[in-house]
Amino acid sequence: MIDFSLTDEQRALRALAREFAQKEMAPVAREYDQSGEFPWPVVHKAHEIGLMNVTVPEEYGGGGLGSLEDCLVGEEMAAGCMGIAAGILANTLATTPIVLAGTEEQKRTFLPPLCAEPCLGAFALTEPGSGSDAASITTRARRVGDEYVLSGTKRFITNGGVASLYIIFATLNPELRHKGICAFVVPRETSGLSVGKEEDKMGQRASNTTEVILEDAVVPAFNRLGEEGEGFKVAMRTLDYSRAGIASTAVGVARAAMEAAIAYARERVQFGRPIAKFQAIQFMLADMAIKIETARLICWKAAWLIDHGQPNRLDSAIAKCYASDIAMQVTTDAVQVFGGYGYIKEYPVEKYMRDAKLIQIYEGTNQIQRLVISRALLR
Amino acid sequence: MNIVVCIKQVPDTASTIEVKEGKVVEDELAWVVNPYDEYATEEALRIKERFGEGKVTLITMGPERAKDALKAELAKGADDAIHLTDPAFEGSGPYATANILAQALQKVDYDLILCGWKGVDHDDGQTAIILAEMLNLPHVSFVVKLDIAEDGGKAVAQRQVEGAKEIVETSLPAIFTAQKGLNEPRYASLRGIMSVKKKTIAEWGAEALGLDPSSVGQEGSLTEVVEVVPPPERPPGRVIPGETEEAVRELVRLLREEAKVI
Repeated sequence: MIDFSLTDEQRALRALAREFAQKEMAPVAREYDQSGEFPWPVVHKAHEIGLMNVTVPEEYGGGGLGSLEDCLVGEEMAAGCMGIAAGILANTLATTPIVLAGTEEQKRTFLPPLCAEPCLGAFALTEPGSGSDAASITTRARRVGDEYVLSGTKRFITNGGVASLYIIFATLNPELRHKGICAFVVPRETSGLSVGKEEDKMGQRASNTTEVILEDAVVPAFNRLGEEGEGFKVAMRTLDYSRAGIASTAVGVARAAMEAAIAYARERVQFGRPIAKFQAIQFMLADMAIKIETARLICWKAAWLIDHGQPNRLDSAIAKCYASDIAMQVTTDAVQVFGGYGYIKEYPVEKYMRDAKLIQIYEGTNQIQRLVISRALLR
Repeated sequence: MNIVVCIKQVPDTASTIEVKEGKVVEDELAWVVNPYDEYATEEALRIKERFGEGKVTLITMGPERAKDALKAELAKGADDAIHLTDPAFEGSGPYATANILAQALQKVDYDLILCGWKGVDHDDGQTAIILAEMLNLPHVSFVVKLDIAEDGGKAVAQRQVEGAKEIVETSLPAIFTAQKGLNEPRYASLRGIMSVKKKTIAEWGAEALGLDPSSVGQEGSLTEVVEVVPPPERPPGRVIPGETEEAVRELVRLLREEAKVI
């Protein structure tokens, strides 16, 4: 049967994430958005109270929780600041390939050191010439004895400049397309790995997005996740798994925008009364609530499927696509409720709108999500 | 060093308080741990950490929902908890509440007791002090700094008084009530939240405490809440027009003649 009740632990975790996001993230969101600096102090605090790596099993130093908990934390953190949340939550993208495809020895080698300290990880698939067509990557992996030599350039890598561990996708032969791709765990100190230019982004500016350059970077064969040629599958499984959490961050941004719009509509007086008294505004607020509530439901359903080991590709794609689309709509409407003030950086809503835009693009554009969904329909 | 912290679950100050027929409507309220009690818990945890031994026991009186308050503080690191709950306890004022706590505390081993200086719901600020009298313990209220001697035999507390700080030395055991400024309460942690399940929350009612029904609830209270009335709505502010000098003169006149505050 359907059961929407959260356990005591889940409610407490959500309350903790909310308190942390409202006290430690929201007050500094504007400052980091303007400076584009990396929010290390917030990362350290989040790590200290256990709000990082919640989905990594306990025996490898993580929180040992599931995708639903990841969604609860993701929504709250994103409601505090999507930019700061992106860096913290991107760890799930780096740890999930190891959890899903790593051998016991690989998990024991790579996960505990990453979880024990406030360390960040990065998932590096995208390249200058390879975005939605992920099978077209050209970063090369050459096997030399017991090692692989990696060379190529990765682009738009979240945590690229601050990570201590990278999951690098590289191909044995570009002509093999997805069948030639391998996934590698590459530590930051690997010689031949360097950080390229940092991107100056429109939104989510507190997250660190850079190029990652590999110039004959040598890693032991031990660092390969799965078999040769299984890398593409590892990437897709990881994304299926992470999309419910990403979708929840869109819900969080939308919720923050709605809450700001409600508070402002109550205060702002025009024509002799608060604008919240006007039906035009009331209906906009009601539409926001409808969208947020339905988006949260599909996120939770996708997460539930993941936690119960059931196929989730379709629901995860719907969740990611729908939640980020409604986040764009809700944040845009929130700016509209604020009127002229909404367009000014002194008020919080224009940032929500800039932050929301990226969620429609990363982790598979919403056009790719629609392809995934329609493929399932027409199979 | 065994420390007892008395806590209370109160409505979140951010919730809208609705009053109907002389009573607060509780259905839609969000409940939190009384903020002053969070300072008390934090201080208890710090003292325990400093001594490196002993335990922190939480105690609260209230209906079933009050367990959430205990769990919230257990998740920050307190060791165990006691939930004083009984339909007969409902309606207890400060005196009856202190009486129930006093009975319960006779069954607990403690070196000191910490409380918030008041609950932010009724704002009575009496229970901890009455409790000290009932237990025949010294008490120091409005504490903003607390030092426990290394042998655990005495304590030096700073208390806030009008325009100054008073420094008080007392023997232990004693009761201290926490004021804002005592410390900065920590967050719970994921590990702490997951550990709550493994901690005990004892449940004691009137019978277990050997309390006569006439000594608890409204009957056992020395005060009675006759009616709750919402504060009158604040009249809108007034803008005094004109040049600064003229406006200030008018403001002073109004403050003297109309508001009669200067």
